[in-house]
Amino acid sequence: MTNDAQTWRAWLTSERPASRRQARLGRAYAAWSRFADNRLAMAGLFIILALLLVAVFADMIAPYSAVTDGDLRTARLLPPSAMHWFGTDDQGRDIFARVVHGSRITLFVVILVAVIAAPVGLLIGTIAGYAGGWVDAVLMRITDIFLAFPRLVLALAFVAALGPGIVNAVIAIAITSWPPYARIARAETLTLRHADYINAVRLIGASPARIIARHIMPLCVSSVIVRVTLDMAGIILTAAGLGFLGLGAQPPSPEWGAMIASGRRFVLDQWWVAAAPGVAIFVVSLGFNLLGDGLRDALDPKAAGQ
Amino acid sequence: MALAGSAGAGGRRRARLRSTAMAVARFLVVVALTYLGLLAVTFFIGRVIPVDPVLAIVGDRAPSHVVERVREELGLNLPLYQQFVIYVGKALTGDFGISVLTSNPVMTDIRRVFPATLELATLGTLIGALLGVPLGVLAAVRRGSFLDQIVRVIGLVGYSVPIFWLGLMALLVFYARLGWVEGPGRIDVVYEYTVTPVTGILLLDTAMQGEWEAFRNVFGHLILPASLLGYFSMAYISRMTRSFMLTELGQEYVVAARAKGLSERTVIWRHALRNALVPLVTVIALSYANLLEGSVLTETVFSWPGLGLYITDSLQNADMNAVLGGTIVVGSVFIGLNLLSDLLYRVLDPRTRAR
Repeated sequence: MTNDAQTWRAWLTSERPASRRQARLGRAYAAWSRFADNRLAMAGLFIILALLLVAVFADMIAPYSAVTDGDLRTARLLPPSAMHWFGTDDQGRDIFARVVHGSRITLFVVILVAVIAAPVGLLIGTIAGYAGGWVDAVLMRITDIFLAFPRLVLALAFVAALGPGIVNAVIAIAITSWPPYARIARAETLTLRHADYINAVRLIGASPARIIARHIMPLCVSSVIVRVTLDMAGIILTAAGLGFLGLGAQPPSPEWGAMIASGRRFVLDQWWVAAAPGVAIFVVSLGFNLLGDGLRDALDPKAAGQ
Repeated sequence: MALAGSAGAGGRRRARLRSTAMAVARFLVVVALTYLGLLAVTFFIGRVIPVDPVLAIVGDRAPSHVVERVREELGLNLPLYQQFVIYVGKALTGDFGISVLTSNPVMTDIRRVFPATLELATLGTLIGALLGVPLGVLAAVRRGSFLDQIVRVIGLVGYSVPIFWLGLMALLVFYARLGWVEGPGRIDVVYEYTVTPVTGILLLDTAMQGEWEAFRNVFGHLILPASLLGYFSMAYISRMTRSFMLTELGQEYVVAARAKGLSERTVIWRHALRNALVPLVTVIALSYANLLEGSVLTETVFSWPGLGLYITDSLQNADMNAVLGGTIVVGSVFIGLNLLSDLLYRVLDPRTRAR
C-alpha cells in the first residue's frame, strides 16, 4: 500500500513527464500540495464545502420550516435554547432553520454573479488584448469607467430602477463586478499574444475568434477563477447589503441580509435575531477569502511571499 | 562642457514641463470621459429602464392629448441622443430635478446632507490611516510575529464582516449595554437648536461657537460610526502598507542604508516608509472614496442624516430624481478621488514620469 502510494507520487512529481496527461496531473498535484500545506486555505475549503453540504441537505438539517410562521402566542422571539438553537424571530420562526435555508440563496447569488460576470470580463479582456489598437483603447476605456464607479451605490440605483428582488440584485451586482476580470484577462492575453504557439496557430489559418476562444481563453481562466474566488466575499457582502436595505430577496425569503434588517427592530432586547445571520455571512465570507488567498498562493507562487 | 550641461538642463526642464502639461491634459480628458460614462449610466437607469415616465405622472387613463403635452414638456419626444445632451447639460449645472419626497431641488437637499457624510468619512479615514500605517509597517518589519498575525486577522475580518451587522452589534454593546457612547443620530434634540449651522460639520460648528457641551454630545454620537468606518479603512490600509513595506525592505538601498550604519529606526521610518508612502497615498485616497460609499449602509444603521441615508430613504419612496442625483454626486466624488490618486501617484513617483 505505502509502496503503491510512493510510486504514484514519484509518477506525479516526475521531472520528465512521459505524456501530456502526466504533466498536467503533475502540475495539479504540485498546486494541490502547496494548497494543502496552507492550513488557513484548507480551513477556507472546509467552510465552503460545509456551505455546499448545508445548502444541498437544508431540508434534512433544519428541523423546522424556514418560511411558515410559528405559533405567535408561544413561539415569538424566544431566546436560544435546546429546542431552537438560534432562538426564534418575531414571526415565531426558528432562526436556525432560516439560516440553514438562507445558505441556498447565498450560493445562488454567488454562483449566478460568477456565471454572468466572469465570462463577460473574460470575453472583453481577451478581445481587447488580442485585437489591440482602437478596439483595445475603446474597450479598456469602458472598463476603466466602470471600474471607477462606486459599486454599491450603482447597484442600488440599478435595483431601484429594475425593482427589488433577488434576480435583479444579482443582475445589478454582475453589471458592476465584471471590470476587474476584463483587466486581468487582457493582461494575460498581452503576454500570450506574440507567443510562438499563437503564431503557429495563426499560420495554420485559424480565425481570430478561434484563436481567442480555443487558445487564449483557456490560459486566462485560472487567474480569473482566483480573482472570482477572492471577490466572492465582496459579492456576498454587497448582496447582503442590498437585502438589508430591502432591495434584495423579499420576505418571507430567509435571505441573511434581510433577516438582519428585520432583527434590527429588536436588537436591543432580542439580540439573537440579528446576530445569527450576521455570523453566517461572516463565516461564509471568511471561507471564501481564505480559499481565495490559498488558491492565489498555490497557483501563483511568485505572489505567495506577499 | 558646462555650457552644454546647463542648456541640457534647461531643455530637460522644458521637456518635463511639456510632459507634465500633456499628463494634465490627458488626465482632464479621462475625467471628462469617465464622468460622461457615469452620466450615461444614470441616464440609462432613469430614462430607459423604467416604465413610461409620462404614464407614471398622468396615470394610464389620461386622454391622449394630455399624454402628448406632458411628453413634450418633459422633452421625451426628442430623439434619445438629444435628450442625453440636455441631461448632461443639466447635470453639469447641478440640476438633478425636484425631489418628490421633499419637493426641494435635489441639489439643495444634497447640499444639506453632504456635510454629515463628509464629517463621518473624514474622521473614519483619519482613524484608519493613523492606526493602519504604523500597524502595517510594524507587521512588515516583524514578519511572522504575533503582531503580524493580528494585522492579518484584522484584515481578514475587515474583508469578511458585513459592516451594517457590525454596526448593529456595536450599538448593542457600546450604547445599549455599556452606555459609553451616544445612540443613533448626529446630535441630541436638546442641543439641536443651540448651534447655528455654518459649515454643516457639527464638530467644527460647535467648537467655533464655544458650545462645549454640545460638542461633547456631537462627539459621542460621531465616535462609534466613525470608529466602525475607521476599522474597515484600517483593515485595508494596514494590509497594503505591510505589502508595500515588504517590497521596499527587500530593496538594495535598504541594505546600503544599513551598511552605512544608520539606526534601524531611521532605515525603516525615514527611508523605506518614505518610498512606500507613494503608493500609500493612492491607497488612502481610495479608502476615503470607499468610505464615502460605504457610509450608505453605516448611515442607515446609525440613522445618520447624510447622503447615504438620503439615497436609501429616497429609494424606499421611489423618488428616482433624488436617487440618481445622489448616485451622480457619490459617483463624482468617487471618480474624482480615484483619478486624483492616479495623478498623485504620477506626480509623487519620479519613475512613472520617465515613460
